[in-house]
Amino acid sequence: MRQIAIYGKGGIGKSTTTQNTVAGLAYLGKKVMIVGCDPKADSTRLILHAKAQSTVMDLVRERGTVEDLELEDVLKVGYGDTKCVESGGPEPGVGCAGRGVITAINFLEENGAYTDDLDFVFYDVLGDVVCGGFAMPIREGKAEEIYIVCSGEMMAMYAANNIAKGILKYASSGKVRLAGLICNARKTDKEYELVSALAEKLSTQMIHFVPRDNQVQRAEMRRMTVIEYSPEHPQAQEYRTLAEKILNNKMLVVPTPLEMEELEDLLMEFGIMEAEDESVVGVAEKAA
Amino acid sequence: MSHKIKTVEGITKESTQEMIDKSLSVYPEKGRKKRAPHLAPNDQSSGSACVKSNKKTVPGVMSARGCAYAGAKGVVWGPIRDMVHVSHGPVGCGWYSWGTRRNLVTGTTGVDKFDMQFTSDFQEKDIVYGGDKKLAVLLREAKELFPLAKGISVLSECPVGLIGDDINSVAKASSKELDIPIIPCNCEGFRGVSQSLGHHISNDTIRDYIIGTREFAEPSSPYDIALIGEYNIGGDAWSTKPLLEECGFNVKAVWTGDGEMEKIAATHTVKLNVIHCYRSMNYMCKVMEEKYGIPWIELNFFGPTKIKQSLRKLAELFDDSIKEKVEAVIAKYDPQMQAVIEQYRPRLEGKKVMLYVGGLRPRHTINAYEDLGMTCVGSGYEFAHGDDYDRTAPEMPDATVVYDDISELEFENFAEELKPDLIGSGIKEKYLFQKMGIPFRQMHSWDYSGPYHGYLGFPTFARDIDMAINSPTWELVKSPF
Repeated sequence: MRQIAIYGKGGIGKSTTTQNTVAGLAYLGKKVMIVGCDPKADSTRLILHAKAQSTVMDLVRERGTVEDLELEDVLKVGYGDTKCVESGGPEPGVGCAGRGVITAINFLEENGAYTDDLDFVFYDVLGDVVCGGFAMPIREGKAEEIYIVCSGEMMAMYAANNIAKGILKYASSGKVRLAGLICNARKTDKEYELVSALAEKLSTQMIHFVPRDNQVQRAEMRRMTVIEYSPEHPQAQEYRTLAEKILNNKMLVVPTPLEMEELEDLLMEFGIMEAEDESVVGVAEKAA
Repeated sequence: MSHKIKTVEGITKESTQEMIDKSLSVYPEKGRKKRAPHLAPNDQSSGSACVKSNKKTVPGVMSARGCAYAGAKGVVWGPIRDMVHVSHGPVGCGWYSWGTRRNLVTGTTGVDKFDMQFTSDFQEKDIVYGGDKKLAVLLREAKELFPLAKGISVLSECPVGLIGDDINSVAKASSKELDIPIIPCNCEGFRGVSQSLGHHISNDTIRDYIIGTREFAEPSSPYDIALIGEYNIGGDAWSTKPLLEECGFNVKAVWTGDGEMEKIAATHTVKLNVIHCYRSMNYMCKVMEEKYGIPWIELNFFGPTKIKQSLRKLAELFDDSIKEKVEAVIAKYDPQMQAVIEQYRPRLEGKKVMLYVGGLRPRHTINAYEDLGMTCVGSGYEFAHGDDYDRTAPEMPDATVVYDDISELEFENFAEELKPDLIGSGIKEKYLFQKMGIPFRQMHSWDYSGPYHGYLGFPTFARDIDMAINSPTWELVKSPF
């Protein structure tokens, strides 16, 4: 069983990419489980055709304690026999979503959700690793392979580099490795080259460049992956290719994250960022 | 007040320092460097602190300290009897801080005292989704079950601060809904280095939510005072309050022993604050001084010598009628106290005591032992600050050892070296020293006894000390250590 965690900046398309990729793996005959680690609980809707799956934490809240839950209450099966679980958690601003992830994953372990017939477990993790709870999927004995979804936008690259820093911390004490960047294209300038260059600097690879295509949105409106909605569409082929690349990926590295200056140099080199002019820092438009 | 320099035979600055160094020598270098400034021989004439204090405990040593929550729940809030005190968080903190301090209260449970354990009993789901909604329900239930409660305090345990539960806004909304004061206290246990910060936070909360919100029903008089930092341990306040009343004062409020919320809230109208436990309540004395112009005075009601001095010091601030009454009171009790001393002193003369308590008694009780002919050969605090140690220097004999946040190892070593006849400390130390064959009294809780304050308390104190030291038990047991 290979356990894979998907990280990336919020809104970059982690859940969409994960579900389409998982559908690709299922299409290739693989048995997969998705564990959504985001209180928004939208990591499985395309696989289950559901608005929102009832989450582990929602049921804990309803019934009182974790001990009152059964695995079948929270584990649903969707497209291609893919098993789906959502950790769930509070609305923004209250409680502790990180603890929700920990509780949910502990529950899955204790109740035998990680069965031997699974080829893959995918953890779809909330935007930033804001606290220990969101690093739960990459703790000892969990995901050892991490893919970062990013694009050629500056903030997405910053986030990717920061996540690489987090991975480095865990890699030095355990088996977790960076397996690649997935470029979810936003059609920015020189996107392919820039993300490839960043990948190289991080000592990893851009495992696939997923072009932007509105077919993804058309499928999403039907709460489906592209692979299920229109298997013949070229975009479906892109995700199948990504799935195949992941299936055959052997390049697992300890990342070499960039210092802030290096990263900015890289962005400047590709014309994403202009050289800093210290004389304009902190000067309001009117005053200038 | 000038103090005669007291010395103890066989104890010099050098001998004390040597004892300290010996104890420090077993620590690794980093620990030694951190602990060293917290241990020193007293310089009685300096009148200032000889040790560093109020610093983080060195990891790895056995410390007796508590946490900020303990300081808030156990010390400041817990004794207010007519309020419901909610331990907000998992059940353990509330359970283990329930009635353990022996701050006695009057009244009828559920009517005018609420000495029960209230907790929001956090579960996994409350951590993840926040405990704010549960708190609102709890507050409503508390009000329904106990409509006579004068207020509710919400005391945060650690997880509340970690997950950022907004107890302040819940308290505000619930207070309005239920028409009862609800006081949120952000006293998470991980804050600060000891229970001391819990006292400070609680004082600030009293300042922000309670003081000035009520008035006393009866008209004011020039003799209105409040007794601050008196927690009624073993009934202490039931000794000091009547004593002050006998001296002609109206004790309008006691903070917070056997305390009443509305009296505490009206304390801003008294003429003088008399503070006993400086460490835990000096903050509010200073607030009331600045905001309402109320002067305050620090007094000590342990042992006849200090009581007499304290009463006279207090009388100095008032008119002749008070002075006369105070003298009459002293004249009345002096012979009684003399009789107690005559009874016990021959049995206790020359005995040595070591103290290690919280934030007040390591200095305040020294003279009570001296009244009984005893000598203090070492003293220290769990959570005192520099100003407490300043006040300690003149009370202790010169060159005796002063220890701050002492570790079990240091305490044991010092006791082996100094061979005290009695150790006065807490429950965590009790059995260690009793196993060493050293008589022991719990001086946080008065060891199931009390009161020890005032004229009423001294005979009990003398009897207990005699009983501990001169018990025939010690002849029968032999320490294997």
